[in-house]
Amino acid sequence: MIEDGGPIFRQVAAEIENSIVDGSLPEESQAPSSNELAAFHRINPATAAKGLNQLVADGVLYKRRGVGMFVATGAREQLLKRRRSDFADQYVRPLMTEARKLGIATRELAAMIDRWEEQR
Amino acid sequence: MTAVATLEDVTMRFRSTTAVDGVTARIEEGTITGLLGRNGAGKTTLMQLLTGHRVPTSGRLRVFGARPYENDDVLRRICFVKEGQRYPDAFRVKDAVEAASWLHPDWDDDLAGSLLDEFELPLRRPVRRLSRGMTSAVGIVIGLASRAPLTIFDEPYLGLDAVARQLFYDRLIADYTEHPRTVVISTHLIEEIGDLLEHVLIIDRGRLLLTQDADSLRDRALTVSGPADRVAAFGRSREVLHAESLGGYRRAVVRHGGEQDAVAARALGLAVEPTSLQQLVVALSRATAAASGRTDTSPRLEEVS
Repeated sequence: MIEDGGPIFRQVAAEIENSIVDGSLPEESQAPSSNELAAFHRINPATAAKGLNQLVADGVLYKRRGVGMFVATGAREQLLKRRRSDFADQYVRPLMTEARKLGIATRELAAMIDRWEEQR
Repeated sequence: MTAVATLEDVTMRFRSTTAVDGVTARIEEGTITGLLGRNGAGKTTLMQLLTGHRVPTSGRLRVFGARPYENDDVLRRICFVKEGQRYPDAFRVKDAVEAASWLHPDWDDDLAGSLLDEFELPLRRPVRRLSRGMTSAVGIVIGLASRAPLTIFDEPYLGLDAVARQLFYDRLIADYTEHPRTVVISTHLIEEIGDLLEHVLIIDRGRLLLTQDADSLRDRALTVSGPADRVAAFGRSREVLHAESLGGYRRAVVRHGGEQDAVAARALGLAVEPTSLQQLVVALSRATAAASGRTDTSPRLEEVS
């Protein structure tokens, strides 16, 4: 569906999280339903529902009975906080591994980042 | 969950071959279940058993709580779309569809009509003069419009082009969402259909290799690659389902033991990728083929209940 990265329900959850983080799905707005997600991504509705339920369990979405799922107030801040704490593991570690493989010292790497900043 | 069908140690023997060999499984109500396996694995025979076209040699088989064979009460609730379904010579497309509408109490005429349009089927043409793909499309129209509580598709898309297959998947998901029912699909186009499945049964040589929630299968195996010695070191304490080498480079499909496995592999400098459903089916089939070739016949896959 989105990419071949692990269980689809997690990809569904990650995609909604992305929309919340980048602001395209604002807090207190309605999230897509499991049926809409199923049709859009051509996935099993039960899998889509599992992704949504994961977000409810995390407190990112909440249910309004008979209406649907909505983005919780504070969800964006919560997601940003979690993503920041995951940043080292997801981005810094592979960067360091590759740098070590190429014999790039940490100081050199820091200089590269500085240069990259300047060039922008 | 409620099971629509249960199989307990079901075996089907023909003269010299055992097409289905001691299969114990459940098909849960309101799911789309994929029956996956190689050609000749026993998929079609299993479907023929479920739909009362055959009687098992031994074992216990229940569909909607009863034996399906010659049981109208059960068979009325089943629509079986066979691969290479034959129709009487004089049957035109509209006759085939109309005949199906009489057989299925939950039949939806409007749905049938819109599907016939979408698949661009010529209503007045005799079915025997349709192309392979068009004949498949007739089966798909009947299977979907039947809205049968248990709908079984055996390789439903033979001869269909990519556009028509996509249409099938889209209409299946849309109609299934609005009218939940139990659907079983046998296929070897696993990559295409994998995301639509909720549950998966993998069979090989008549035996059930695995029955599992499709999405958790994705987490089931890890593909690691890198320098051969490091891949070998990583595989030593884990179950390797399949491995291949190119010079000093090696790739292995390894049973996933949890998040720590990916971390451990990356720490060794190996590339880590998830394993697709299709790759997993291939790896499992090869692993059992290799295991059955050895003298000790202890099965390597213990998932089967």
